[in-house]
Amino acid sequence: MADAEFTASVNGPGAAAVLAASIGGFALGALALAGDAAPSVAHLLIIWKPTGPLSGVTTVAIAVWLFAWLLLAGLWRRRDVSMTIVGASSAALMAGGLLLTFPPFMDLLQGK
Amino acid sequence: MELTLRDAATVVHGMGFGALLLFGFSGAFIGIHATSVSRSPWLPGDREWRLFSLYLGVMAGLAWLAVFAGAYVIYPWYRAVPPAGAALAGYPQRLLMSNPATSGWHDIGMEWKEHIAWLAPISLTACAYVFWRYGARLYAMKGLRNVVIGLALLAFVATGVAGFFGAMLNKFAPVRGGAAIVLMKGKAGG
Repeated sequence: MADAEFTASVNGPGAAAVLAASIGGFALGALALAGDAAPSVAHLLIIWKPTGPLSGVTTVAIAVWLFAWLLLAGLWRRRDVSMTIVGASSAALMAGGLLLTFPPFMDLLQGK
Repeated sequence: MELTLRDAATVVHGMGFGALLLFGFSGAFIGIHATSVSRSPWLPGDREWRLFSLYLGVMAGLAWLAVFAGAYVIYPWYRAVPPAGAALAGYPQRLLMSNPATSGWHDIGMEWKEHIAWLAPISLTACAYVFWRYGARLYAMKGLRNVVIGLALLAFVATGVAGFFGAMLNKFAPVRGGAAIVLMKGKAGG
């Protein structure tokens, strides 16, 4: 009973959900940049032709997000983790993801 | 009074899913503040917690519907390549890019919208999960709570950017065409 209460109150599962979402967000931005910068990558990312590379960018980002969530949730299922570290990492990853989706920033990185 | 099939699909995507989601944020922020930030928090019972988690889950669902409908129904019409000599009116991306005064709506507007929008469902799914998982215990978990509030704010920004550019793109180059849907018969003349 006490074990169940402890498991219910550890922050690991919540931290896993938050950090995985940020990893997925960063993956989205990184893939968008890769597709924009390299035509060969853009071609590889075409999973469904009518939607073009966006289909691959989003599908792979979702896969990365879900895989990260599954992995972290397993690792942190019964653990309390430092929310300072998780919060800072999430903020940095999401800020990176957000910036990498912004076309003028993408162009800046590519020297366009 | 008619609209085309593509008009209707765009309305469902933008107003049915997107605008409803944007409205939903007001309730979500009030709920998050009242249950976990306020100095004298509202302490809902189990049923209310379940309902609030469900509310966030419905928001995440709306966000998923909006991005999938946008990417797999509307976007292919938007980015279709016209045959040589065709009028550009039915090809929104090419229409925008044909004029320097409107090309930025594609280069920045659509290029940003098509990616940033996906941050909303991912973030909202995490928010809904955390509220469902912890319920009232979240009030004592300040670090986790603050990060979740940050994710909700990010989802709001992503939805706002996507909604703004969606509305503007539809002003300058609407996605139109397909079968006509007659909503009401009108009279010609004054």
